[in-house]
Amino acid sequence: MNKELKDSAPTDSEVILGILNNSEIALKRLYIAYFPMVLQLILNNNGDEDDAKDIYQEAIIVLYNKVKAGDFELSSKLKTYIYSICRRLWLKRLSQINRYGGDIRDFEEYLPIPDDEVEEHNDRNIQFGKMENALQLLGEPCKTIMEDFYIYNRSMQDICERFGYTNADNAKTQKYKCLQRLKKLFFQQK
Amino acid sequence: MSDNQLLEQIERYINGDMSLDERKKFELLRKGSDDIEKKVVEHKLFTNLLKQYGQRVELESRLDAIHQEIDVHTLKENLMVHPLWIVQLWRNHHSKISVAASVAIFAVLSVLLFTGKLNNADNSKIVELKNKVDRLDRSNKNLSRSINDIKSEKGKFIDKYSATGTGFAITSDGLIATNYHMVQDANAISVQNADGKTYKAEVLYIEPEHDIAILKIIDKSFEALGAIPYTFKRAESNMGEQISTFGYPDGFPAYNPGYLSSLSGQNGDSLHYKVTIPINPGNSGGPLWDSKGNVIGITDSKQAQLEGEHFAIKSKYLLDAIHNIPADSLDKKIVLNKKNTLTGLTEAQKTAKAKNYVFMVKVYN
Repeated sequence: MNKELKDSAPTDSEVILGILNNSEIALKRLYIAYFPMVLQLILNNNGDEDDAKDIYQEAIIVLYNKVKAGDFELSSKLKTYIYSICRRLWLKRLSQINRYGGDIRDFEEYLPIPDDEVEEHNDRNIQFGKMENALQLLGEPCKTIMEDFYIYNRSMQDICERFGYTNADNAKTQKYKCLQRLKKLFFQQK
Repeated sequence: MSDNQLLEQIERYINGDMSLDERKKFELLRKGSDDIEKKVVEHKLFTNLLKQYGQRVELESRLDAIHQEIDVHTLKENLMVHPLWIVQLWRNHHSKISVAASVAIFAVLSVLLFTGKLNNADNSKIVELKNKVDRLDRSNKNLSRSINDIKSEKGKFIDKYSATGTGFAITSDGLIATNYHMVQDANAISVQNADGKTYKAEVLYIEPEHDIAILKIIDKSFEALGAIPYTFKRAESNMGEQISTFGYPDGFPAYNPGYLSSLSGQNGDSLHYKVTIPINPGNSGGPLWDSKGNVIGITDSKQAQLEGEHFAIKSKYLLDAIHNIPADSLDKKIVLNKKNTLTGLTEAQKTAKAKNYVFMVKVYN
C-alpha cells in the first residue's frame, strides 16, 4: 500500500471532484481513508470484516451515485456522512437477521439519515439483482451479446465478428430475440 | 411490422439514428398508438437499467480491487475493543465451564450424601453434650456454694437469695402456685410465710408456656395449713371487676386493690387478663382475687408496660396445670377447696385471713 495514500485522508471537495472526474486515485483515497472507521463500527456491533466490507461498499456506492447524479449537498463532514449511512445500513441489516440487541456502540458522531435515501438505494439494488438473475438465466451467447451491445457500447460489426455471424441481419435478428427474452425473464421475476 | 422490426425502429428512434422523414413518420405512429408509446418508454427504461447495472458491476469490481489492498486482518486486531481476559475466557469456554461446575457440584453433593455428612444426626449429640456441660456447671456451682456455706458457718447467718416473688397455697398440704419465670433458673427455693417462717421447697411441676410453676414445700418443720379460705374460679371474669392481690413486692407483705381492665393481654393474647393495679416484680406469682374472694388469676408483673398496667395469667390455666400434674409425682390426689370462707368479709378481714396462705418465694442461684 502506498504510504502517502494511507496517511492522508483526502479533503471532502477532492473526493467529490474526483468522483465527478472518474478519478481512480480519489476513489481509492476515499475508500482507504474511512474503511477503518466503519470496520470498527461493525466489528464492535455484532458483525465481522465481511459485513464491514459489504456495508462500507454500499455506503460508498450511495455517495458515488448521489455525487454523479449531481444532487449531493455536503451538509456535514464527509466522514460523518459516511459513518451515518453505514450506521443506518447496519442497523437495518442487524434487525433483518435478528441480531439487533437494542443499542449500538458508537464511535463517531452521526446524522439522522432519512428513510427515503436508504430506500431508494435498496430499490435499485433489488432491480440490479433481478437484472443479474435474468442475465444468468439468458445464457450464452445472448448474455455476452447484451452486455457487449448495451453495456459496453460495442458496435454490431464487432459483435458479428466475435460470434462469427456471416451477415449483419442475422446478428441483428439474434440481438432482438435475445433482448425480448431478457425482458421477459426480467419482468417475470416477482 | 414484426416485433423485431418495431424494436429496431424504437432503438433507432431513441438513439437518434433516424432521418428526419423517418422520425416524423415514427412520431405519428407513436402518437397514434398507446401500445407503441408504452413500448418506447419501456425500452428506454430497460436499456438504461441494463446500462446502469453494468456500471454498478464495474464500480463494485473497482471497489473490490481497492479493498484487496487493505490489510483487513491487522486493522481488525487494532480496532477490536478487547474485553478483559476473563470475559474472553468465559465467552470462549462458557459451555465447558458450566459443565465442569455442574459436575463438581454434583460430585460434592453425592460425596456428602454417601458419607452421611448431610444427616442431622449430630444435633442430638450436641444437645446431649450441652446438657452434660450444664450439669457439670451446676454441680460446680453447688460445690462452690457448699464451700461458701462452710465458710460462713462460723459467721452470722445471711440468707443469700437472689430473687423474690410471691406464691400462694392451692392445697393445705403445701402445694404452692407461682410464676415459672421466678423459678426457671433456680438452684434452690424456699418459701416464707407472712409470719416470717421459712420452709424449703422444690419445683413439682412447670408449664413454661403458661408461665406457671407448682412448688411443693418439703421442709420437715412444715405443718399442714388450715383449710384454704379462697376458691378457684374457672369461668372468665368480667371487665371492670374489682380485684385485689396480696404479695411481697419488696420482701414485705402488701395488699393492693385494682380493677380488671381487659379480658385479653398484650396484642389480644387470651392467656392473660390486663389489670390496673399497682404492683411490682416482687408480686410475681401472687394470687389475684375478685371481690368475692375467688382466685381468678396469677399476677404476672414481668410483662409490665405502662405505669400501673399489668398482666395476670387467667386461673383457667392454673386449674389446667394442676390437673396436668403427673399422678406419680403426687403423694395423693389434689382436691381443691370448694368452700369459700372469704365471701361477705371486708377487704381487711379477707386480707387478714388469706395472708397466711400467701408466701414469699425466695430463689437461690
